[in-house]
Amino acid sequence: MARTNNIGLTKNDYKGAPTTLCQGCGHNSILSQVIAACYEMDMVPEDIVKFSGIGCSSKAPTYMLKRSFGFNGLHGRMPALATGSLLGDHTLTGVAMSGDGDSASIGMGQFKHILRRNVPLVYIVANNGVYGLTKGQLSPTSEVGLTLKKQGTNQFEPIDICLEAMASNATFVARSFAGDPKQVKTLIKAALRHNGTAIIDIISPCVSFNNQDSSVHSYAWGKANEFPIHDISFIPARDEIMVEDFEEGTTQSVTMHDGSKIQLKKLERDYDPTDRISAVQIIEEAKANNMLLTGLIYIDPDRPSLMDILNLPETPLNRLPVEDLRPAPDTIQAINAAMF
Amino acid sequence: MTNKVINDFSITVGTENGSGSQTSNLTILRAIFKMGIPVTGKNMFPSNIQGLPTWYTIRLSKDGYTARRDEHEIVIAMNPKSFARDVADVLSGGVLFYDDSIKMPIERDDITVYPMAIKQIIKEAGIASNLRTMVSNMVYVGILAEMLGMDMDKIKTALDFHFKGKEKPVAINMDVIKASAKWAAENLEKTDPFYVEPMDKTEGLIMADGNTAAALGAIYGGVQVVGWYPITPATSLVEKMNYYLPQLRTRKDGTASYAIVQSEDELAAVGITIGGAWSGARAMTSTSGAGISLMGEYVGLAYFSEVPIVIWNVQRMGPSTGLPTRTSQGDLNQAHYLSHGDTKHIVLLPGSVGECFEFGWKAFDVAERMQTPVFVLSDLDLGQNQWESKPFEYPDAPMDRGKILWEEDFEAFEAKNGKWGRYKDVDGDGIPYRTVAGNRHEGSSYFARGTGHDPFANYSEDPEVYVQGIDRLNLKYKTARKYVPDAIIDNMDGAKVGIIAYGSTDPAIVEARDLLLAEGLKTDYLRLRALPITDTVEDFIRDHDKIFIVEMNQGQLREIISLEMPKESTKLVSSTLNNGLSLTAEWIRDDILAKKEN
Repeated sequence: MARTNNIGLTKNDYKGAPTTLCQGCGHNSILSQVIAACYEMDMVPEDIVKFSGIGCSSKAPTYMLKRSFGFNGLHGRMPALATGSLLGDHTLTGVAMSGDGDSASIGMGQFKHILRRNVPLVYIVANNGVYGLTKGQLSPTSEVGLTLKKQGTNQFEPIDICLEAMASNATFVARSFAGDPKQVKTLIKAALRHNGTAIIDIISPCVSFNNQDSSVHSYAWGKANEFPIHDISFIPARDEIMVEDFEEGTTQSVTMHDGSKIQLKKLERDYDPTDRISAVQIIEEAKANNMLLTGLIYIDPDRPSLMDILNLPETPLNRLPVEDLRPAPDTIQAINAAMF
Repeated sequence: MTNKVINDFSITVGTENGSGSQTSNLTILRAIFKMGIPVTGKNMFPSNIQGLPTWYTIRLSKDGYTARRDEHEIVIAMNPKSFARDVADVLSGGVLFYDDSIKMPIERDDITVYPMAIKQIIKEAGIASNLRTMVSNMVYVGILAEMLGMDMDKIKTALDFHFKGKEKPVAINMDVIKASAKWAAENLEKTDPFYVEPMDKTEGLIMADGNTAAALGAIYGGVQVVGWYPITPATSLVEKMNYYLPQLRTRKDGTASYAIVQSEDELAAVGITIGGAWSGARAMTSTSGAGISLMGEYVGLAYFSEVPIVIWNVQRMGPSTGLPTRTSQGDLNQAHYLSHGDTKHIVLLPGSVGECFEFGWKAFDVAERMQTPVFVLSDLDLGQNQWESKPFEYPDAPMDRGKILWEEDFEAFEAKNGKWGRYKDVDGDGIPYRTVAGNRHEGSSYFARGTGHDPFANYSEDPEVYVQGIDRLNLKYKTARKYVPDAIIDNMDGAKVGIIAYGSTDPAIVEARDLLLAEGLKTDYLRLRALPITDTVEDFIRDHDKIFIVEMNQGQLREIISLEMPKESTKLVSSTLNNGLSLTAEWIRDDILAKKEN
C-alpha cells in the first residue's frame, strides 16, 4: 500500500496529467517540489487553486494537482485572474506558475501590482531566460552577451525579478534553483503559509534553448555558482517541537501569520531577511559578484493582505446566501427617497 | 408683449468649466422638476478640469418631451470666451441674460437683453471675499427665478438636496439667490414672454443619472467582485457603488459582502472580474472608449472558457480617444464581436435610467444563465445627465444563478446524467453545467483555459472536437434569445413604416414620431433592448415595408441585422448622426422625411 500523509492522501493524489514539457526541463523539477510540498503539508487538493499565464511555465499547472481547480489565463495577465478568483473564494490557497517572459515582460505591470496589493498567492516564476514555447527568443531576464541561434547576442541589461519584487514592496521574496530541489520545496512550504504574495524566482534551465554551460540559466552554471544565503527549514504550526538543534546565535526564526516558523541557519554570513535594505543590497552584491544567490531574501509576515484590507467575511463571497447579496425589499424606498 | 410661453422652452447657460456652475444649473433643473414641470438637463462639458467653455441646457416641456433641442430660447452668458457664440445662439424672440462685467458688443435687436450686475449683487449681499467666486453663479439662479416666476421654496429644496442638508452652504447660496431675485425685481423690467408655472407632471417621479441607477441595480443584483479603472464617462458608476455598497451590503457582522479593486489598467480590471466570476461570485466591471479595446483579449477568454461576467460600457465618442466628454453609440459592433478569433456576445441596451437600474441586476442573471460575458451599453448622455424616471423597482424575480453545481448538487447530477463535463451539453440548449473554484467535491474541479478543449475541459486540437465546441457556443447564443430583455413595440394604426432604435435616443424618437405624424407619416416603433435579436424583432422587420434604424454611429445595428436577416436587408434604411450630441427629434424627423421615398 502506498504511503499516505496525515490526511490519508497519497502523493499520487497531488499529481497532474503527464508532463508534455521537455525531458530535463527545470520546470518539471519545480512541479515535483510543488507536489511534494503540498503532500507533506497535508494540503487538501480541493483547497488549492492553480493559476498560470502563457508559456512553457504556464503549461505546468496541468501537470500537478489534478484535483484542484486551475485556470490557464492570458499571457502576462495571470495576477488579475488570481486576484479576482481569490476574492471570490479567499479560503482557497492560490498557487501560480509564471515565467520570465510572462512576468517580467508582457506581465510586468500585473506582476508589480499584485505585489502592491499583497494578494495571498504562491507566485512561482520559472525563470529560464528564454522564450521556449515560441522556440528560443531572448527574454527580459536573458543576460547581456547571451547568444541564441536565431536571435543573435543580447545587448540589453536583464531584469532581476527579485529586485523588481523588492521595489514593489513584496512581502515574500525568494530565489532558488531548480537543481536544488530541497531548497525549492522548503521555500514553497513557507510560501504556502504566507499571508500575502510570495514571489519565488526559480532559475529553471531550458534544456532545449538555453542550457549552454556558460549561461546563467543553465544547470552547469547554477550548480557551480549557487550560493545559498542560509540553510532554510520550515516548521508547520502543528509541529511544536524544534526539529533540529541550532547553535545559539547562528539561527533566525521568522513566525508566519498562522504560527508556523521559518528557521534560517546562518551559513557564510549573517543575514536578516526582515531587513529591506539588506535584501536589496544582497541582490545587487550577488549580481556584481556573478553569483546565484538563493534562499529567502526578504519577508514581512505581518503586512495586511488585500483580503484583510477589504474586510471580507469568514464565509467566502461565493458562498454567501442570497440575503447577503440582495438588499431587503424595504430598502428600495429609502434609495428612491435619496434620489431627487 | 406677445403671448406668454409657459413651460415650453430651453435655457442654456454658458460658463467656464470648473467655475462651480454645475451646482447652479442642477438647482434650476431640480427646482423646475419639483414644480411639477417635465424637464431635462444636458451637460455639454469639455474634457478639462478648469478653464474651457462649458454649457448646460435645460429643456422644459409641458408636453413631456425630454429629448435635447438645438434651439435655446433663453441664454445665460457668463463666459467672455464663449460670449459671441452664446449671443448668436439665442433664438429670435428669445432672451439673453449676461454678466454685465463682460464688455462685448451685443448686436441683436430681435431678442430681450437683461444685464446682470453680478459683482455688485455679490458685494452688496455681504458675502465673504473668499466665497465670492464660488457663489457668483448663484446670481443667475436668483435672477432667472425672479424673471421666470420660479418657486423659491423649490429652489431651497434643490439646494438642501445638493448640499445633503448642510445648513451653512444652503444658507449662503440661498442668501445670494434671494438678493439676486430682489435686485432683478427692482432693476429689470420683464419684457419677454417666458414663464414657468406649476404643473403636476412629475409627481411620483425621481430624478437620477444612469450611472447611479446602474450602480444601484448592480447592488440589488448581488454584485460582489468589481475590478475597474477610471475612465470618463464610466467612472461615476463605480464611485456610486463605493458610495452605496457600505449602506446596502454590509453584513450583520460588519464585514463586506463585496470586494472592489481599482486596478492598474482595464486589462487587470476585466481580469479581476473574470477571476471573481470563475470562482462563482457575481462580478462586473465598467468602462468606456479605450477601456473596451483593452479588455478585448480577456473578453475572448471569458467567452471561450464560458465565464459569466458583466461589462458596462458607458459609451463616449470615438474612434481612439475621440471626444471623451461627448456621447455616442459607436461601440455596438465592438461589444457584439469583441476579441479575436470569431466571438459573439450578448449585449443589453438600456433606454432609460429606470432600465439602467433594471439591467443592473438583470445582467447578472443573464450572464450566469448563459455563462458568458454580457455587455450593457449605456452612454454618456444616459449615464451622466439627470433624467426624470419612475422610481427604481425592486427586482421582480429571484436571482437566477444558472446551471451551477455545488457539492450537494454534484452527485445527484452525475447519478442522473452520467459523468459531468464542464463543457458538456446535457440539456440540448448549449448551456453546460458549471462548477466553480471553491467547490470541494472531489471530481468537481477542472482546468479552465483559453486553448481548444473538449467537453471535459481537456486540451484538444482535434478539428471535430473544435467544431462541436463552436457549434455548441452558437447554439447557446441562440438560446440566449429566450433570456435577454425583449424589444418593446409601440404601434400606430395603419403605419407601414417602422423605426428601430435603442438606448438613450428613445425620448428623441418618441418626439420625432409625433412630429412625423404631424407631417402625415405614421410610424411603428421598436425599441431594441438586447442582442441577439429576438423573434419579436424579426417579426417586426418582416411586417414593415421600410424600417428606419436610427442610431448614433455609422449604421452598426443595420449591419448586424443585415447579417442576421440578409433577405430583409434592402428594406433597412440607416438614419444616423454621430456628432457627440444626443439626437434631436427635429433632426430625426427631417432625416426620415428626406429618406422616405428613396
